[in-house]
Amino acid sequence: MSVAFRFDPVTLPPACEALRRAVRQFLAEARASGLWTPSGDFVANHSAAFSQAIGAHGWIGMTWSKRYGGHERSALERYVVTEEMLVAGAPVAAHWIGDRQSGPLLLRFGTEAQRHEFLPRIARGEIFFCIGMSEPDTGSDLASIRTRADKVDGGYRVNGRKVWTSHAHRSHYMIALCRTSPAESDRHKGFSQLLVDLRAPGISIRPIRNLAGDLDFTEVTFDDVFIPDDRMVGAEGDGWKQVTSELAYERSGPERFVSTFRLLVEFQRRIGANPEPRALEALGRFTAHLWTLRRMSLSVAGMLQAGEMPNLEAAMVKDLGNAFEREIPELVRLLAPRGQRSGGNDRFEETLAEAVLHAPSFTLRGGTREILRGIIARGLGLR
Amino acid sequence: MSDSLVQDAAIRVFADLSPPATVNAAESGTWPTKLWDAVAAAGFLDAIGDGEDGSLAGLADAAAVLGAAGRHAVPLPLADTMLARWLLRRAKLTVPDGPLAIVVEGGDDRVDLVRTGGSWRLSGAIGAVPWARDAKALVIATGSKVALVAPLRAAIEKRTNLAGEPCDAVSLDVTLAADKIAQAPAGTDAATVYRLGALLRAIEMAGALEEMLTLTVTYANDRVQFGRPIGKFQAVQQQLALAAEQVAAACVAVSAGIAGAIGGDLAFTAGAAKLRAGEAAGRVADIVHQVHGAIGFTHEHRLHHLTRRLWSWRDEFGHEGFWALELGRLAAAQGADGLWPFFAAR
Repeated sequence: MSVAFRFDPVTLPPACEALRRAVRQFLAEARASGLWTPSGDFVANHSAAFSQAIGAHGWIGMTWSKRYGGHERSALERYVVTEEMLVAGAPVAAHWIGDRQSGPLLLRFGTEAQRHEFLPRIARGEIFFCIGMSEPDTGSDLASIRTRADKVDGGYRVNGRKVWTSHAHRSHYMIALCRTSPAESDRHKGFSQLLVDLRAPGISIRPIRNLAGDLDFTEVTFDDVFIPDDRMVGAEGDGWKQVTSELAYERSGPERFVSTFRLLVEFQRRIGANPEPRALEALGRFTAHLWTLRRMSLSVAGMLQAGEMPNLEAAMVKDLGNAFEREIPELVRLLAPRGQRSGGNDRFEETLAEAVLHAPSFTLRGGTREILRGIIARGLGLR
Repeated sequence: MSDSLVQDAAIRVFADLSPPATVNAAESGTWPTKLWDAVAAAGFLDAIGDGEDGSLAGLADAAAVLGAAGRHAVPLPLADTMLARWLLRRAKLTVPDGPLAIVVEGGDDRVDLVRTGGSWRLSGAIGAVPWARDAKALVIATGSKVALVAPLRAAIEKRTNLAGEPCDAVSLDVTLAADKIAQAPAGTDAATVYRLGALLRAIEMAGALEEMLTLTVTYANDRVQFGRPIGKFQAVQQQLALAAEQVAAACVAVSAGIAGAIGGDLAFTAGAAKLRAGEAAGRVADIVHQVHGAIGFTHEHRLHHLTRRLWSWRDEFGHEGFWALELGRLAAAQGADGLWPFFAAR
């Protein structure tokens, strides 16, 4: 009898290394020119100008067909670009959702007209997307959402409220999960995904300050918002199936274990070339863990590239990865006294403070650890 | 043979000849002759390859055998003999038949090798030599030399590891003919042999970890309390999910460690794989014993054949703390801005 999960080894093709060098060179030059400054958490650093610049380099929508403004490169090449951006602390938040989630959703389920209208502009870094899933009374139990899209002449009338939506106030469009028919005995039926123009009348967006002081996530209220028929994504009623089919993309990428990598770098800078044994031991241990996580994550990327849907493996990457990125600040703070201040010009102290303050979100966004472990338990045959 | 054919062959031999009764008997001092003969006849002992070109290309085959051996708690010095035979071939020394024990100089152990005319005087005291009492010969890797003590002449103080496997204290004071000593060829210095040993132990550990998870999921689905299988309780499910993550991480680290070693990166990947497997061992053992409850704490249940081996193996060829320091030195040498390129290249 064998175990329920599979992580096939992946080797990055040689073409990836030239691409990696190109990304590093761009990042160095763009940083020198003042286009961007590093920040640790991929959700927190938002820059429209940066996204446009990397769109011009062909680094958004990399795997999409050229017909839709994509670049027809492999998922592994996209992986390389993504990890280089993340570990540098580059401001990827503006194009992040469109590139990772909304674009691929339109490619799989959207109409030809939708693909032509939106994908090229996403790939150029011109328009930004956000995701409307959680609501005031709906977190992990996504099937309990209440935002309604009622059929009216020529479209839908939407009423309800989405919350914890990252960067709605800086985005052009939202893919909103709504109820298009009342709850039945099968509570996963009756959902649809609508493509919402955030400038539509009846939408109000209120940023919510998080505990780190940032205004990244928002509350979005829909008050009799009219959405035309041609903004339905996929078939009416298929929303649940569509949402759950993209989870492996969302859960297995480097963003799930490198959120505090920059702290590791600044920690190493601080401890120098001949650190005390405790610091060396911590560094060595993190090294083994990061290497392992990256091999796991790359393996999932390889399976996605091959058309598989490794949801169990992706859940493992995210849960282990989140624990790792949270452990870095917890251990580093014990090895570096006076570490957690802002102000001054100490990169180590600022990075540590940022890591500690953002850490609670790691194990919430994109699926809580309790939900992930439930998925793993199901994969093991326990549920 | 492809590695999956090797694995199938290994599983057949071990399932047939290494049942729990044989493991228990071995622990009481009965050498499993039939099992050893079958392993030797199947050609498993030279799975790493002939070593003549220094290639580790056979590691995948060796891993197929050792992973299966870990699953079946095979009570033999398989990894040790494989490593010793590989080293002897590399050094162009005669390979004796039978089980072999291996010593890698380092730490508190010292081996002195002094030339006296046409022969060598070898002396030293080594605290822990797995399987020494059962070995036909002892192979010693020092910084620059490989020595073969065959037949084995040594004062052996019998000690056992937590799994009941021999792990003896050995004192040596012997004269060796010149054909029992060789200059260590490139890639066989003591540090490299130690890393390879660590990787082989990690492979065995990954096999044992997979087996423990399988046993425990089955048990959780069968054992009924409060009117339903305990695996239906969220508290138990969440614990088993954690165990599965650790098993997955150990298996990926080990398979990446093998690929890295074949690709010439043994210096990093062996230690990283051993560290990750060692960490998983402790955490998984904790969870699987909790899920099994009292029955898993009995001698009758075979769970302990796996957990006691893991507790021992995680300490052999360097525990997590040892490798953390090694890897830490390697990482620190990259400098802060070299850290990411270091990962991206592996």
